Formats: sequence, structure tokens, C-alpha cells
Amino acid sequence: MSPDGLNSFRAGPDETGRFGLFGGRYVAETLMPLILEVEQAYHDARKDPEFLRLMDYYLAHYVGRPSPLYFAERLTEHLGGAKIYFKRDELNHTGSHKANNVLGQVLLAKRMGKTRIIAETGAGQHGVATATFCALFDIPCVIYMGATDVERQAPNVARMKLLGAEVRPVTSGSQTLKDAMNEGLRDWVAHVHDTYYVIGTAAGPHPYPEMVRDFQSVIGRETREQIMAAEGRLPDTLIACIGGGSNAIGIFHPFLDDKDVEMFGVEAAGRGVDTGEHAAAIGGGTPGVLHGNRTYLLQDDDGQIVEAHSISAGLDYPGIGPEHSWLAQQGRVKYVNATDDEALEAFQTCAKLEGIIPALEPAHALAFVLRWAGKQPKEKLVVMNMCGRGDKDVFAVAERLGMPI
Amino acid sequence: MSRLSKRFAELKTQGRGGFIPFLTSCDPDPNTFKKILAGLPEAGADIIEIGVPFTDPAADGPSIQAAGQRALKAGATLKGTLEIIRDFRRTNNDTPIVLMGYFNPIYSMGCETFAKAAAESGVDGLITVDLPPEEEEELRVPVQNAGIDIVRLIAPTTDDKRLPQVLKHASGFIYYVSIAGITGTTSPTIDSIQLAAERLRKHTDLPLAVGFGIRTPELASAVSRTADAAVVGSAVVERVAANLDDNGKALPGLVDDVLHLVKNLADGVRINT
Repeated sequence: MSPDGLNSFRAGPDETGRFGLFGGRYVAETLMPLILEVEQAYHDARKDPEFLRLMDYYLAHYVGRPSPLYFAERLTEHLGGAKIYFKRDELNHTGSHKANNVLGQVLLAKRMGKTRIIAETGAGQHGVATATFCALFDIPCVIYMGATDVERQAPNVARMKLLGAEVRPVTSGSQTLKDAMNEGLRDWVAHVHDTYYVIGTAAGPHPYPEMVRDFQSVIGRETREQIMAAEGRLPDTLIACIGGGSNAIGIFHPFLDDKDVEMFGVEAAGRGVDTGEHAAAIGGGTPGVLHGNRTYLLQDDDGQIVEAHSISAGLDYPGIGPEHSWLAQQGRVKYVNATDDEALEAFQTCAKLEGIIPALEPAHALAFVLRWAGKQPKEKLVVMNMCGRGDKDVFAVAERLGMPI
Repeated sequence: MSRLSKRFAELKTQGRGGFIPFLTSCDPDPNTFKKILAGLPEAGADIIEIGVPFTDPAADGPSIQAAGQRALKAGATLKGTLEIIRDFRRTNNDTPIVLMGYFNPIYSMGCETFAKAAAESGVDGLITVDLPPEEEEELRVPVQNAGIDIVRLIAPTTDDKRLPQVLKHASGFIYYVSIAGITGTTSPTIDSIQLAAERLRKHTDLPLAVGFGIRTPELASAVSRTADAAVVGSAVVERVAANLDDNGKALPGLVDDVLHLVKNLADGVRINT
């Protein structure tokens, strides 16, 4: 495997924001000067010891890092194959890996002198994280959320409001994450001078895919140290769910040049990739341009974006981060998928066996673990990123299972 | 001489600015749209701007978003839009047509294929909203080789340092986005347009069209005297929306009413000349 003739899978993006064919800066001219300003500000910030000190401080004392690497003994026993660890990013403050990225971007926004924050959210995890740091740093914030998601993720809507954010339901298009992102871009175009847009996943125009990946890579760096301490060697396999792909790139990236570490990204297959009702951009999409970057997308023959479907609002997105598209094309990461039903099954299995209620998003990664790990040798070391907790999903799952509450 | 150059030269001779109505292709349905299109030159459109519908128009306000959704529902495609323009050209060879849209439908068709098909259909200029100079080479080269102008968007945020890069490969005319915002929301002041026009004319000799937020005959008239042409989009598209029944079907008077509005706007531009 040779990454596009480069020596490393970790060198991207290039100075134009590309990972091979993918990535770039496909935004309206009004936003372009601002995008370049964000890029410059980020490249300055990451070299600034004070910025890095603040990151470390809040990650340790506020987010609660490092998150544990936990040997899932009962699940391992139940499946009878590979030895399974969970990287427990669901224990972060705000309940998911999203805090890692939002902290970095809100500190950057402050550094840039921006006085207003906007964000899009699907499941509400990114919105909650953004509302949280905006409360902490006293910055007004507006969260765009598809009207469909406002309904199915009601607990997170309440959380955001309690944290002082204004939640604006988006009723255009399919009323989910992609439309919330369109609305975020529209807001930003109209408020370029004072507003910073905190994008929640490793997608969007350059520098977002790179910046979000860097902030999320703390997951992989910790995993590396923790597995060395626990097992004295690197893992054989990493597994993470993928919507836009920020938790996955966060755990994968520090290991990309360790050629013996195999990686699986698990996309949401919804009702099945064959049914057309899914959110598997790599599994069932083709390259295109949306939301500022070139990447794999669900689209029709005319280049119109097709609505995604997943039981998980956080994976219900017709695209994927551009670095994943490149890693797929290079064959470095294998992209697989799990259906709504498989994720629901995994959700329940994890709760019963490990006493951990996962979010529906990592339940997709777990679903792949359930179907795959039992066939692997016992010596095989696997780390799955448990990127969010399922409190927000409890009511929706109970309803789906016909459970009286 | 291209249709666009010829038209701007004619406007100069007449001593007035031009009027450019914007309509979304196939809004509210392909047949009604064809009828509106056919009547636009007579109603006073100097240049016609046709929006290619896209599911995710991140630079557009509610009116043009809704128009795009109506059109997509009625079966609009990029290919179908080019066929409609080809038909229009059978009876009109003078009025320039500028396509405005987002990159993905073009990318999906293939940049080379699109450029060839668009030129054959009689498209004169292309505005790709989400393709800044940094990303446009793969489309610009085939499009310009096919003889179509690349019309550049310039925003209030485009500073003097960036302007030369944005103007480098521009042709046909310059489209100044009059406000930092999305289409059809807030309106610019004529003073801000005056300042922008003075600034831009130091950097380019290309004609200058101004759009976003131009809604009334008065503002269109004022803008066309300050710049070289005024674009009116959302107000025209809203007139389409006002002539739909509860099921979104065109009411009998739609075409006449839209053309009537276009005529009012066009007359505004012609007054005081």
C-alpha cells in the first residue's frame, strides 16, 4: 500500500486542502475570504503554546480526559473471539466525542475576536457540546437543527436551551443534518464579520476537515498509550462508526502509518444499502461536491443530493468527510455498514452485557463488532470507539421496541 | 463578438443600463417556464439569467430555495434545462443567456460534456456559485474553450488583495453580490453600490452587473444607472409563487403576471435615459 506516492498516510491535506481528489474549498465568494482567515488563524493557533495549554487544561479538567480504555470482558466472552476494548469517549462531559472538537474551535473563535457562534447539529450531540462551551466562555450561540431531528432528539433540544443556546429548527429540504448545514452556511454568509461557524464533523471546506481531525486525534493518541500500557502492543483492529466521520478519523489518524493496524469504518445502512434508504456514502455513493468539499455523496444521475436515512440522527447525512473518501480509495481503511435493526440489537446487547447504554451512532460500530469479532482469533486486539452515550436515544428506542415507559 | 459583448455594447450606445431577470429553470413546471422564457425579451429583458435547481442551494434565500424545490419536483434537470435553452434559441439568437447554479450537477454530468452541451444549446455565460477561483480550473478551461464566458461573483468581502485573483479569468461581465448575505433578503443602499462600482472599475473594464436584494423598479433603475446592469431574482420568482394554486400548479394568469412584473422592472431601467 503506497499512499498516492507519499511516504505517509498522515501527510494530508495539501496546501489547497486536498486529500488526493477529495476535499477543497467549494464555497461562495462571500465566504472565501473568511475561510482563508480561519485557515490562517488555525495554523497560527496550533503553534501557539498558550492555545495548546488552554486546550490541555480544559480537556483535562472540564471534558474529563483522558477517557478510559476499557476491556469489555463480558462482550468478549459472549462473542468468543477477538479481545474487545472500548475507548470510552461517551464519558466525556456532554456525552460524546464532540466536546474535543468544539473546545478547540470555540477557543479559536475567541482568539479570532468573533463574538457570535453558530453550529449545525444532527443528533444534537454537537449542538449540546457547542452550547456548553458557549455557556462556559459566555458567547451567544445559535444552533441549526433539522425539524425532523428536533422531534426525534427532544432531550438534546432541551439541553441546548438550558445551556442558553437558541435552537432554530430548519424546515427546508429533508429537514435533517444536511439542511441544518445549509442553513448554517446561509447564516454565516450574512454575518461574516462577527460570527464563527463551528462545524461538527471532519467535513466542510478546508481547513475544517483537517482542524476537526486534529482536535479529535486526541482519541487515537490516548488509545495508543493506553493499549501499550494494558497489552504492551498496538491493537490489531480499530472500529468506529461514520456519519461525517469525526470520531473515526480521531481514533484512526494516529495509527494510519502503522501498517499492521487494520481499520473498519462502519456506515449506517439504514433499511439496507440495497433499498436506497441508507446513509452509506462510501458504500452506496459516488464522488461529488457538497458543503464545501468534494467527497463521496448520495446523489442521483442529475447530481441532486439524495436524502439519507438512518435510525441514528447523527449518521443521517448523505456525505462523509473527504479524508475518509481518500482513505477508502487508497484502501487503507475498510468501509462496512450496519442496518438500523442491527444497531438496535447491538444497543440492547451492550446495555445488558456491559451496563453501558451506547448512543445509536456507536451502536452501528458495535453491530459490526457483534457480527465480526466472534470469527476472529482470541489473540486479536480490537478497540472500538464508544463515541457517545445513549441517554438521548432512550425514549426513541423504547418507542421503537414497543416498550411502555 | 459574443452575444454578451454585443448586448453590453448596444446598451452603451443606448446610454442606459441593462435589466437582467432571474428565473429558476422549470419553475413551476417545464411548460410554464418555457412560456415565460419565450416572453422575456419582448417584456424588456436585456439578458436572461436562468437558475439551475439544486437540492442544497446554500447561497440562496427562501424564495429561490422554494423555486428550486418546485422545479425539482416538476422534473427539472440540468440536461432538460439545456434542451429548453436550445429550443429558445430557435426563435431568439440575440438575448444572452447566463446559467447560474451549483457545481455538483455540472460535475455529475462531467465538465467537458457540460461545456460542449451548454455551448451547443446557446448558453452565453456561466456562474457557478460554489466554485471560487481556487477550485474552478477543471470547469473553467473546458467552458471557456467552448466559447462560454465565466462570469465571476464578487462580494463585499472580496478585498483589494483578492480582487486580481478573482478577476483573472473573468469574462463577459462581473456580477457584484451587493450584500454579504443570501439572495432576496436585505437590500443594499445605492451609496454602497456606488462605492463598490468605483472600486471595481479601478480593477476591470468588464461590464458590471449588480444583484442580490434588488426588488423594486426604483432600485433596479438606480442600480442600472450606477452599474451596467441590475439583476432581479427573488422578486420575480416570488411572482411565480404568487400564481400557484394550493397544489402548487400554475394558475391560468401566471405567465402574463410574471411578464407584467418583468416589464415594469424593465421600464424602470429605461426611464431617465
